[in-house]
Amino acid sequence: MNELHSLIAAAAPLVFAVVGETITEKAGIINLSLEGSLMLAAMTGFAVSYETNSLLLGFLAAAIVGMLVALLVAFSSISLKLNQVAIGFVLFQLCTDMSTFLGDGYVRIPGPSVQALPIPLLEDIPILGPLLFDQNLVVYASFIVAIAAYYFMFRTRQGLELQGVGERPEAAHARGVSVNRLRYLYTAIGGSLVGVAGASYSLAVKLGWSFQHTRNLGWIALAIVIFGGWQPLRAAAGAYLFAGLLVLAQLLQEPLPGIAQVLPTIPFPLMIFTLVIVYSDWLRQLTDRFPALRALFASEPPTALGTVFETE
Amino acid sequence: MTLFRQIVRVLAPVVGAVVFSVLLLLLVGESPGGALTAMVDGALGTSARVGDTLTAWTTLSLAAAGLAITFTAGLWNIGVEGQVIAGAIAASFVAREVTAPPAIMIFLILLAGFIGGSIWAVLAGLLKVRGKVNEIFGGLGLTFVAISLSTYLIIGPWKRAGVASTGGTDPFPESSWLPTLGDLRVSLVAIFVAILALAVVYVLLRGTRFGLSLRAVGQNLQSSALFGIPNTRYLLTAFALGGALAGMAGAIRVAGFYHKLVPGPGGGHGYLGILIVLLAGYKAKWIAPLAFFFAIVAVGASQLPLQLGLDASLGGILRSVLVLFVLLAGGWQARRATRAKAAPTEEVVA
Repeated sequence: MNELHSLIAAAAPLVFAVVGETITEKAGIINLSLEGSLMLAAMTGFAVSYETNSLLLGFLAAAIVGMLVALLVAFSSISLKLNQVAIGFVLFQLCTDMSTFLGDGYVRIPGPSVQALPIPLLEDIPILGPLLFDQNLVVYASFIVAIAAYYFMFRTRQGLELQGVGERPEAAHARGVSVNRLRYLYTAIGGSLVGVAGASYSLAVKLGWSFQHTRNLGWIALAIVIFGGWQPLRAAAGAYLFAGLLVLAQLLQEPLPGIAQVLPTIPFPLMIFTLVIVYSDWLRQLTDRFPALRALFASEPPTALGTVFETE
Repeated sequence: MTLFRQIVRVLAPVVGAVVFSVLLLLLVGESPGGALTAMVDGALGTSARVGDTLTAWTTLSLAAAGLAITFTAGLWNIGVEGQVIAGAIAASFVAREVTAPPAIMIFLILLAGFIGGSIWAVLAGLLKVRGKVNEIFGGLGLTFVAISLSTYLIIGPWKRAGVASTGGTDPFPESSWLPTLGDLRVSLVAIFVAILALAVVYVLLRGTRFGLSLRAVGQNLQSSALFGIPNTRYLLTAFALGGALAGMAGAIRVAGFYHKLVPGPGGGHGYLGILIVLLAGYKAKWIAPLAFFFAIVAVGASQLPLQLGLDASLGGILRSVLVLFVLLAGGWQARRATRAKAAPTEEVVA
C-alpha cells in the first residue's frame, strides 16, 4: 500500500513527460532532445524556486525552458527544414552539459519542495482515497494532464486536426488547416510539459539538484511514448508500469543483488519487443480475427512523424 | 560564391560558438583566456596528456568513420554508443579469458571488438529490416541493454576479487594491454588501426561501386531497388561495418585506456562520433581533423575542474554549440538560397 502510494507520486514527472512528447509526436515532430531538456528544466526549476522561494516561478521557468528547446527543434525542422533527429540529438548533449555547468552552485543544497495536499472528502474513499487523493498538487495535475490530453486528442475537433497534421499533413492542409502553425503550437505545448516534468522531479520526487539528476528519465520517456502507442492514457499507464519496476527493483535488491542496476533499463527491451509485436504479421492476423483487440494493441506511429511539410 | 563569402560561411558558426562559450564563462565570473589555456594545456601540456588526447582521437575517429558508413546508407545509427560498449565487452572477455603471445593477443582483442560491435549493430539492423523497428529507437534500446550488460558483468560474473564494486573489474593481465609508446600512454597499434579505418572508409565511400550503391540506398530506397540494388543486404552490411569500427573503438578504450571493463565503457565517445559526423557533413575526409579537435576539448576540459574550479561540461557545451550553430547556419543559408530562387516567380504571379 505504501509502495503503491509512493509509486504513483514517483511516476508523476514521467507522466508529464510522456504526455508532452506524445502530443509533440502526434503533430509529426520528434523532440529527441528530451533527455537533455528534461534535465535542464529540472535544474532550472529547482534553481529558480531556490532563488525566488516560489515553487510557482520554478515550475514556470522550467516550462519555459522546455518550451524554448522544443521551439528550437520546431524552428529547425519546420522553417529551416533540417533533420529533426540531428537537431534533437545535439540539443540533448547541449542541454545536459548546460545543466551541469549552470547547476554547479545548486548541487546538494536543501531547497523548497512541493508539500502534500490531501483533498478533503475524496481522501476518505476507502483504498482509492489514500492512494490517489492523499498526494500533492503535482500528482493531481499529472492525472488531469493525462486525461485532458486524451480527451482533447480523441474527442474534440482541434484534437482531430492535431492528428491530421501528424498523419496526413497534405489532407489537413487541403482542408484549410495551417499545418506548420499547429506543429509549432503542439511542439511548444509538448515541450512545456516536458519542462514541467523536469521541475516536478526536482521539486517533488527526488528533491534538489545533483550531477545529471534526471539521468535516463528522458530516454525512458521516449521509449514509453512508443510503448504507449502514441496515446496519452496508455503512455501514462506505461509510466506507472515503469515506476512499478523501480519499486520492484528496490524490493528485490536484497535477494538478488544487481537487480537495481538492471531492472530500470527494462523499458527499452520492452519497447523493442512491443514494436516488433505490433508490426508482426501474427498480430495483424489476430486483430483481423478479433477486431476488438485492435483498440488494445493498435500502435502505429503518426504516419508523417519526422517529415517536413511543404506547401508547394 | 566569392572566396570571402565562403570563409564567412564557415567561420560564422565557429565565431558564434566561441562567443557563446565566452559569455557563459563571463556569466560565472571566470576568465575566458585562462579557461582556454587550461584546456589546451590539459590536452597537450605533458607527454602523458598528449598520449591521452591521441588515444581519444583513435576511438573518436573509429566511431565517426563507422558512422560515416551508416549515415551514407541513410541510417540514423544512434545506437553507436551501444556498439562501442558491445565491442568493449567482447574485447574484455578475450583480454580476461585468453592467453596468447602478445602480438596474437592484440589481434584477438581488436577482432573481438570488431565482432562484438558488429553483432550489436546487426541486431539493430535486423530489427529495422525484419521487425520494422526504426533504427533510432532500436539502437537506443540496445545501447541501454549494453550498458546494463556491462554493469551486470562488473557486479556479477566478473566482479573484483573480494568486494563487488561498480567501479570496474580487476585490471586485465598486462599481456592484454595494448603496448604503449614509451611513456606517451598511447598505443601505436590503435593509431594505426584508426588511420587505416579512415583511409578504408574514405576509399570505400568515394571510389567503389559498393560506396556508390550505398549512397543510392541512402538517398532513396525505392529507386535503388529499381536499379537492382538489394537494399536489405546493403543496409545490414552498412550496420555490420559501422558497428565493427565502433566496436574496435570500444576494444581500444578497455585494452588501451582503462585496462579493465568499467560500467558504460563507451564514455560517450559513440555519441561524440555522431556530433563529429554531423559537423563533417557526413564526409570521411573531415573526420580526422575534427576528431582531433574533439579529443583536445574532451581531454583538455577534464583538466578544467582541477585548475579553475569549472566543470568539464564547458567542453561539452563548446562542442554542442558549435555543431548546433553549424547546422542552423547551413539550414539558414539553404533557406535563403531557395527564397532567392523563388522570389522572381512570386513577383510574376503577383
